[in-house]
Amino acid sequence: MIKKLAPYIGEYKKQTVMTPLFVMLEVIMDIGIPLIMADLIDQGIEQGNMNVILKYGAFLLAAALLALFFGALSGRTAAVASNGFAKNLRRAMYYKVQDYSFSNIDHFSTASIVTRLTTDVSNVQMAFQMLTRVAVRSPGMLVFSFAAAYKIDPKMCLIFVGNIPVLLIGLLFIMKFVHPIFDRVFKNYDKLNNVVQENLYAVRVVKSFNRQKFETEKFQTMSGGIYKDFVKAEKMMAFVSPLMQLCMYTCILLISWIGAKAVIASGNNADLGLSTGELMSLVTYTMQILMSLMMLGMIFMMLTMARAAGNRIVEILEEESDIITPENPVMEVTDGSVVFEHVDFAYKKGEGHTGRNALNDINLHIASGETVGILGGTGSSKSTLVQMIPRLYDVTSGSVKVGGVDVRHYDLEVLRKQVAMVLQKNVLFSGTIKENLRWGAADATDEEIQRVCRLACADEFISQMPDGYDSHIEQGGTNVSGGQRQRLCIARALIAKPKILILDDSTSAVDMKTDAMIRKAFAEEIPDTTKIIIAQRVASVQDADKIVVLDDGRIAAVGTHEELLETSDIYREVYESQNKATLGEGGAV
Amino acid sequence: MAEPMRGPGHGPGGRRGMAPPPGMKIEKGTIKRLLTYLGDYKFRLLFVMICILVSAVASVASSLFIQSLIDDHILPMLTQANPQFNGLLKAIGNVCIIFGAGIFANFFSTITMAVVAQSTLKDIRDEMFAHMQNLPVRYFDTRTHGEVMSHCTNDADTLRQMLAQSLPNLFSSIVSMIAVLCSMLHLSVWLTLVVVGFAVLMVILAGKIAGKSGGFFMKQQKNLGELNGYIEEMINGQKVVKVFCHEEAAKKDFDEKNRQLCEASTSANTMANILMPIMGNLGYVLYVAVAVIGGVMGITGVANLSIGGEPVLTLGTIASFLTLSRNFVNPITQISNQLNAVVMAMAGAARIFKLLDEKPEEDHGSVTLVNVCVDEGGEMTECPQRTGHWAWKVPNGVTVRQNHENRDVNAAEGFELVPMEGRITMYQVDFGYTEEKEVLHDITLYAEPGQKVALVGATGAGKTTITNLINRFYDIDDGKIRYDGININNIRKADLRNSLGIVLQDVNLFTGTVMENIRYGKLDATDEECIAAAKLANADGFIRMLPDGYDTVLEGDGSGLSQGQRQLISIARAAVADPPVMILDEATSSIDTRTEAIVQRGMDNLMHGRTVFVIAHRLSTIQNSDVIMVMDQGRIIERGDHEHLMEEKGRYYQLYTGAFELD
Repeated sequence: MIKKLAPYIGEYKKQTVMTPLFVMLEVIMDIGIPLIMADLIDQGIEQGNMNVILKYGAFLLAAALLALFFGALSGRTAAVASNGFAKNLRRAMYYKVQDYSFSNIDHFSTASIVTRLTTDVSNVQMAFQMLTRVAVRSPGMLVFSFAAAYKIDPKMCLIFVGNIPVLLIGLLFIMKFVHPIFDRVFKNYDKLNNVVQENLYAVRVVKSFNRQKFETEKFQTMSGGIYKDFVKAEKMMAFVSPLMQLCMYTCILLISWIGAKAVIASGNNADLGLSTGELMSLVTYTMQILMSLMMLGMIFMMLTMARAAGNRIVEILEEESDIITPENPVMEVTDGSVVFEHVDFAYKKGEGHTGRNALNDINLHIASGETVGILGGTGSSKSTLVQMIPRLYDVTSGSVKVGGVDVRHYDLEVLRKQVAMVLQKNVLFSGTIKENLRWGAADATDEEIQRVCRLACADEFISQMPDGYDSHIEQGGTNVSGGQRQRLCIARALIAKPKILILDDSTSAVDMKTDAMIRKAFAEEIPDTTKIIIAQRVASVQDADKIVVLDDGRIAAVGTHEELLETSDIYREVYESQNKATLGEGGAV
Repeated sequence: MAEPMRGPGHGPGGRRGMAPPPGMKIEKGTIKRLLTYLGDYKFRLLFVMICILVSAVASVASSLFIQSLIDDHILPMLTQANPQFNGLLKAIGNVCIIFGAGIFANFFSTITMAVVAQSTLKDIRDEMFAHMQNLPVRYFDTRTHGEVMSHCTNDADTLRQMLAQSLPNLFSSIVSMIAVLCSMLHLSVWLTLVVVGFAVLMVILAGKIAGKSGGFFMKQQKNLGELNGYIEEMINGQKVVKVFCHEEAAKKDFDEKNRQLCEASTSANTMANILMPIMGNLGYVLYVAVAVIGGVMGITGVANLSIGGEPVLTLGTIASFLTLSRNFVNPITQISNQLNAVVMAMAGAARIFKLLDEKPEEDHGSVTLVNVCVDEGGEMTECPQRTGHWAWKVPNGVTVRQNHENRDVNAAEGFELVPMEGRITMYQVDFGYTEEKEVLHDITLYAEPGQKVALVGATGAGKTTITNLINRFYDIDDGKIRYDGININNIRKADLRNSLGIVLQDVNLFTGTVMENIRYGKLDATDEECIAAAKLANADGFIRMLPDGYDTVLEGDGSGLSQGQRQLISIARAAVADPPVMILDEATSSIDTRTEAIVQRGMDNLMHGRTVFVIAHRLSTIQNSDVIMVMDQGRIIERGDHEHLMEEKGRYYQLYTGAFELD
């Protein structure tokens, strides 16, 4: 995992390498300071020698300033490196997601992609900064302190050697116990947040079913579970600091007892054995050694937590898009004809799909400029069928041709610019109406924008909005009604002047009259564009050149309205269910 | 919801996007209020404080111990020909006890504080959620989900961290400082002044750095919120991005936001990183200063002023003092390190309290809905089980107007049972979501028991608004709505809504199995009842095709299902509730007409003799309605059944035949 993430350090290599270097220098200063302090006491204050005090004071000052300097430098480089790393990581992931195909996006849920791009990156960034700073500092401190202590009195070091395993084993034991609990807590946190989010979206459902108590109880059970786990983990964690203190105090007391004897034996002469100043330094080193051990333990824990995040990031980066532009792609779509030849298609198994064929042996010829209606029951794979045309999914077998060329041979951008599709589950983005419409064509003039809005019957309500075309759309288009949103989405698709226009149930929230006006405008204004319309209403498609009736992933019938009334039972049934009364009056067709 | 209802100034906020806190300021009220939550644990908190006190004293004692060891034991013994170690042993024994007490105190304070912090947070979180459940729909309609969400996640989390970590840290730092201060005064007042003076300078410096880093920090949080919001919006619309080949533009915007975040967070991070080395090493500068000044005083023999009463500054005292000075300065570094966290947490707490202060939905209703048994004579008696007959239990004093006759109720039991029939009437109702804009004007509407009432009209005509008023998601501005002759304001909201089944156009499902989602309509429904409801909604077929049938787990609002399938599940959910009155708001818009016809037949059977409101664009859906109301711009412009309206050749006729005429 580290190997896979390391390349994203990129241009911040220098800072990444400099950080531990500066940290090491700082550590050396930090180690040297107690030594100077010992001399200052032993030779200066204890002896009452002012010159020595001044001399060592100056040394100490210099060392402190150097430590400050290196410390600040490492702080700066660590900040630059870790934030740069996070930036590169985020960019790489985001770019990768932009290259994802629909099935890649289906594979990860959008919520999961967002979490990986935000929370997971933050965790990895923190771990990275820890690694470059503290992970160098603590072992460095440990080694240097131990060496310095060893230099003063090798025998005393046995005290550490005896104590350290106790501390380490204790820490490891605690972590082993705590880690799975924290893992569970974070997972449950996600679930808890999910409950909150669902309740926000479904506030009307909750209220109309009077499920406030039910939801509150659901929430409290979860928050209670988190509370219990958290308390359990924290109770364990509460042992860490006393354990550390226990080891430290034991060391200090042992050093005091043995040290005192040694000092008296040597007559407080550093050359003969231990001096009082050295005794004090030993105590300082003891603290530093134990502190570093603690820090190492913490880093260890952080890294194990970050490992999960890192793995989730790698998953995003390693997911290969299964739909990419081929080599030597076809760069022009000659006309708007569409041909399906023996097309089978199955969604990948999992995520609510059984892996069963969604499309079975589809054969369909659509000439350029034709208007084609697609009808079919819920779950009859209407959307799946049209999503093959702009190559949002690849067929499992057979082929789909646009303009006589297999869609898999086109440059993706060329193909999708010519095949405009209005998705069933469509969204607008925060920004002005104009900005949203320019998604279809970045350089569209205001006149063009107004033209397509007229085509989509959106001009009327836009002009009634306070700022007209500059009115602000909220995220997801929540400040316009469903029908208005659909019309804006149609306008957005039209602006690219596509050769093929696909409307996937895009007028379901638009009233009949407007729906009819939009279709009329299409017929008159863009006659050369192939129009493929998925609809629930027979009226929406009955004037089409061709109507395709889908049933359970197969084409049940193809023909004009009149033909299908004769030949297709399904079509006739649908038609009659929608036109009972008018047929009676005889004024329908 | 169909009507635009966004207040101004609510920018895009991602789920994890944090609302920028209102400056680096802590409001006094927030602290006070937080303390009231902690007040429930006041004895435990007292215990924690005592523990921290003991622990701090122990740690001060540990730092002083070595010096006293040298001064009081080692140095005197050096002069003895035959050193006696008994005194030393005793001293070590004493300090052993102090250390032991410190360790225990530390353990107990940490463990107790963790429990207190977690409990407090659980209290606040539960209260927040429960409160949210009672807020009016208007609250949610006027805010982004991300905004409300971040109170429950980010704000609550920072608060927990502060309570569990920063607060005890702060307290222990302050206690240590006071303990050390006393020790220092005990040794020498003059040197203490030097240390305190220096510490004040350090605090000022730390404040400067913290202030600066605070600014960067706020900027970082703001940029982070923006970037996360952007990511959320784009990833949610990723399929649209693909369809429009908008990838490059999406990358460009992202890069800019990513770069801004990197800049701000690098600055904030740098500041936080350099604070420690600066403070730590300034401590050494103080060390040198004390050594030099103390040395001069000791050597020249300046008269000492101390609480301990030592007449001169001995060399040993200076050495002790040096250790103390470091112990005095270290907590300052600690505190300055925690300050940002505290300020952020308090800002979060302020936002949480604001949510808790939001006024909940008001409910002054006293009329309840009860099941009744009807005997042969038509007499009703209340009974606990579900009988299929409902009645309003109207307490005395609430007026029931039926057939426009004012009838005062004065039954001996103190209440009267009014049969629940499903007669809904609106008289001259005016309503606007905001004061400035009225969206319904003078609506008068009668729905007789058992009728199927349809509302048709263009988007934005006010159809959904009417249903919002019937179930009191919003309250009317003027006019009256009566339910079986009872003003709906007098009906308890829970009972009012229980009597109304609503299926909305925008389907919301919950994480859980399909079965659980259907059972949401009636929590004690058996599996068989749920399956029967699914069959009625014609959802049974596709549910059985799912990988695990009814046990298939739906996640992310049922994202694996098509829009039509989700609608079928939501219809099943309403059907299992078996409500006396049903409102179908574009409930079948994404369902093909054949399936719709089947669903409708099922629903018609289920709702036979009950009142149904239907909103639909597809006129075929509502043709067989008893009454069709045609709405336009907040007014009812036509009413009547299909034949009648067709004969009138008005707006309905135009709508109905419009498609044909236009061609």
